[in-house]
This record gives sequence, C-alpha cells and structure tokens, in this order.
Amino acid sequence: MIWETVRLALRSIRRNVLRSFLTLLGIVIGVAAVIAMITIGSGTTEKVKGDISKLGSNLLVVRAARPERGGPASFTPRQLEEKDLLGLRKGLTNAKAVSAASQSTVRVVYGPENIAASVTGTDIEFFTARDWNVSSGRIFTESEVRGGANVCLVGQTVRQQFFGAGDPEGIAIRVNRTSCKIIGVLESKGTSGFGQDQDNVVMMPLGSFQRRVSGNRNIDTIYVAAQDGIATSDVQDSIEAILRDTRRIAPDADNNFEVRDMTQIADAMASATTTMTGMLGAVAAVSLLVGGIGIMNIMLVSVTERTREIGIRLAIGAHEKHILIQFLVEATVLSLLGGLIGIALGLSLAGLASLTLSIPFAPSIPIILLAVGFSALIGMVFGFFPALRGARLDPIDALRHE
Amino acid sequence: MAEKPLITFDKVRKSYGMGEAQVHALAGVDLSIRRGEFVAIMGPSGSGKSTAMNIIGCLDTPTSGRYGFMGVDAGRLDRNRRAVLRNLYIGFVFQGYNLLPRTTAVENVELPLIYRGVPHGERRKRALEALDQVGLSGRQNHTPAELSGGQQQRVAIARAIVTTPTLLVADEPTGNLDTARTHEIMELMTRLNNEIGLTIVMVTHEPDVAGYAKRTIGFLDGHIASDTLNREAA
Repeated sequence: MIWETVRLALRSIRRNVLRSFLTLLGIVIGVAAVIAMITIGSGTTEKVKGDISKLGSNLLVVRAARPERGGPASFTPRQLEEKDLLGLRKGLTNAKAVSAASQSTVRVVYGPENIAASVTGTDIEFFTARDWNVSSGRIFTESEVRGGANVCLVGQTVRQQFFGAGDPEGIAIRVNRTSCKIIGVLESKGTSGFGQDQDNVVMMPLGSFQRRVSGNRNIDTIYVAAQDGIATSDVQDSIEAILRDTRRIAPDADNNFEVRDMTQIADAMASATTTMTGMLGAVAAVSLLVGGIGIMNIMLVSVTERTREIGIRLAIGAHEKHILIQFLVEATVLSLLGGLIGIALGLSLAGLASLTLSIPFAPSIPIILLAVGFSALIGMVFGFFPALRGARLDPIDALRHE
Repeated sequence: MAEKPLITFDKVRKSYGMGEAQVHALAGVDLSIRRGEFVAIMGPSGSGKSTAMNIIGCLDTPTSGRYGFMGVDAGRLDRNRRAVLRNLYIGFVFQGYNLLPRTTAVENVELPLIYRGVPHGERRKRALEALDQVGLSGRQNHTPAELSGGQQQRVAIARAIVTTPTLLVADEPTGNLDTARTHEIMELMTRLNNEIGLTIVMVTHEPDVAGYAKRTIGFLDGHIASDTLNREAA
C-alpha cells in the first residue's frame, strides 16, 4: 500500500517535471548550501588540526605583545631579546627545548633564477621544538650557530625551484645579497591550514639572519617544547614568571609578551567554526522555510487540480486517511527528492572546493542523514495542510468540480 | 416474497439552506428497491432525482427520515463507514466517465481494489477479467485519451463491477454518447442485470434509455410522481 502510494507520488511528480523541479529549488539550494559549507568547514578544521598536531601539542609560542588598538596609551611594546632567551634556557626545568627564531620574507637567488622565500634564522633546538628534520644533509652545528656561519638549509619547494631533482648540498645560494652554503634539505611539511607553502623556506643560524637579513638583534618568536608528561599550563606559568623577571615588569603592570599553547590556538579555531556553523544553520532554516512554503503552495495547487480525482477515489471507497496519506507521501517524496539533489550538489561543490583549496574532503554522515530527515520532515509538515484539505473534500462536490 | 428489500427510503427528507431560503430537494420520500431490480429514475432537473441517487449511493445522507441499505441505517453512518459500504457493495458509473487521466484502463479498473487491500497480482487478474466482461480485453494498456467515449464508459463499468458489488449506481451513463454507443452500453448493463443479478439504479432523462430498465420511478418537486413496471422489459 505504501509502496503503491510512493509509486503514485513519483508518477505525479514526473507528470510535471518542470513544476516539480522549480518547487524543489528552494530545498535543493538550502540543503546544498548547508552540506557544502559544513563539508568544507570540517575539511578546513581537520586540516588545521592536522597542522597543529604536526607542530606538537606540547609546543608553546612566546611573542612580544603588540599594542592593542584602543588599549592603554602607557603600553610600550618591547621585542623579545637574547637575554629573555637565555633566561628561559637557564630557568626552565621542565622544557625539552627552548628555541629562538626570527623570520622574514626575502628574495633568494641562484644563478639566473630568483624566488621570494620565507627565511628563518634560528638555532639547533628549533628542530626539536618544532619536530622538524632534514631529509638529506645535516642541521647546523653548535659552532655554526654560535659563530653565525654562512650556511643554510632549504625547504623542498626551494630545492625544486633551483635544482629540480638534483642534490644541492655544498652549493651556494644568495639570500638578501649575501652568499650562504647549503648543508641540508628539510623534510616536506606541505601547505598550512592558512594556505601557506611551508616548504618555501630557507633556514640559517639566528646570528647570520640578524646580521645579514634583518639587520637587528630582535627575536620574533621563542618556541618552548614542554617535556613529555608535563602540562603546558605549568610550563606557561614558569615562562611568564621568568620573562616578567628578565623584562623587569613591575608587579602591577601587564605582561608585554604573550604565551600561547597549541591547544589554545586549536580551541580558538574550533570556536570560530562553531560560530560559523550556527550562522549557517540560521541561513539554512530560512531557506528551508522558503522551500517548505513552496511545497505547500504547489501541493495546494495539486489538490485543487485533482479535486475530481479525489472525488472519484472517495466515491469508490477511499477513506479520508487514504487521501491524506497519498498527498502527504507526495509532498514528502517531493521534498526528499529536493534534499537528495541538494546533498549531491553540496557534496560535489565541497569536492570541487577541496580539490582547489587542497583541504581534505570530509563529508559528515550524520549531517547528511540529518539533511535527509529534515527535508522529509519539511514535506510532511508543509504537505499536511494541503493533504488535509484534499481529504476533507465532499465526494459529491469534488465529482462536480470542473 | 419475504426477502427484505435492498434499499428502503422511509420519509426521507433532504433540505439545503436555512430559513426562508430553505430548499427541500426531497420532501419525505418512501421507496423500496429489491435485489436484482433494474430501476430508472427520471424527472426534470431540480426534481430531487440526483439527491435521491446520491443518498442511495451512500455519498450523501438524508436530513431526516431513514435510509436503509442492506438492512443498515446507512443515513446515520459517518463518512468513513459509508466509504467502506461504497467500497464493498456499490459500484458507480458517471455521465462524464470519471476515469483517472493518464492512467491505463487496467489501472483505473484496479483502483477500488487498492482501497480494499487486495494484493497486486490478484488485483491485476480481477481487473483484466472485469475488462473482459465489458468486452475490452486487449485494451488494458490504453489511457482514457486513447479510448472512445463508449470504450471509456465500458472501462468505468468494469471499474464499478470489479469489486462484484451488490448495487450499481449509474448517473446518466449515456449522457455523452451517440445513439449506437448508448445502445451498446445499455445492452451491457441489461446483460449484467440479467446474468449476474446486479441491482442497478440509473438516473436518466431520456425515455429511450429508461426503457431498458424494468422499473421507472418519476420524481417531481421532491416527491415520487410515478412508479411503473416496464412491460417491454418485464
């Protein structure tokens, strides 16, 4: 009986293909938008989470605080300095690695070719803190860091650009007009969640970077890797205590630096995603409401058009509930169809986006099932009134209807 | 004969509207029809014949009085109970055929069986038998648009008899047909009345058509004005 009714509904939808399609458009667009955005959103979140976990969840990042807009006028920004680094190295007992790094984007030249690459000046502990290694060659030696030697490591993108598949070790490239000799090639890190190529990099000892690239003694970032089994919040407290001392901050003054751990950064990302999902939900609700009204409208038309048919069915023995079910099923099948088309469209869009943005394609089965259920529900809710109107018709009047 | 009549009207009244504008379509009608009868109901428009037919077909209920169908007080039943009665015991044939458009003949004939919950295979078999009975075997996959008026009315008759009803209610069944087609349809109805003992109540305003029935009841102003047995048919 139900199967019979579904077949009947499909037939009646097929009879008015164009009309049915236009009716469905609201549902299709609503569902497609939600599915596409949520799939892309969760792909992005996955990517960012992956990047963050690659950085290591035990990593803390220390930077100088930037003056806030509208903040207190008395705030004077102060860069991180070597004595901050030395203070941390000496004072932190629960850290696995403490590393200083400064970064700048400059032109890197080899022969006739030149590219803009991210150049970082750092030390040996950087590779421990960031859990990054060389795929060939070696990292800096103690003396190279101390003396600020003209040596460098290149990322996979830089190697590819200059040397193709060839081995660049021992070859000199020019970074910001000074020459440095390549001693190793870094492991590939891929694209970051923010779309940066993390392999388009050159690394050199911090001293060389400060002298030849930045021209100052500033340190941009201090990375601290907590020892395994130590809570990052404990390490964070120690860092703050030490830096307040090395930077001579008065007891009642605010920190002029900030310490963040990766879980905080991950949480910030997650809360942004939640906000976005909530807003999407609101947009989807409006669009599904519009779609539902479209379905109600077309079902009212359909009931009126088929008044005579309803009369015939009632005359030959259909109950009210048979007519009610027939039109309810028709409305439900209609909006379910819209939902399925919407899901297919949304997933295709998300697939396309994941190809072009190189993020993982992360379709969520619960969201898809929810969309299926919701579109069926829309049909039932908005199909009920028209169906009831059909079922309540008087068979004599209905048969007389022209 | 002691057999109870199939249909009894006991002071049946049917009124429309309120107060001074009230119209009495039936003004206290007494009537009884036995099983196996072939009755033609005649009368000018507004005489109450259609109202009487709707009540007989359990599509409508009297304002007052008693309508008995198969011994049941059918006038007091609710919509859905009357739908069951119609589905089980009554077949309908209309002037305008009233087939579902864009639906094949056999599917049209199957329709009443769907509401009885008859399974698909048996439904198809019985529908084909009914089409055979009205002389339309081989046309089962034609839609109404592909059939002539006479053929459409045969499909409608097949739909009415597929449930093997006790009563066939026909509302001007030949109203849209030419003389030759009218003759064919009336022959078919006579045959069904004679061969399977189907009780037929038919509304018509054509004396020729009424002549096929065994009994003619004339309505006028909500009353029965005449009730005669047709010598020719009897």
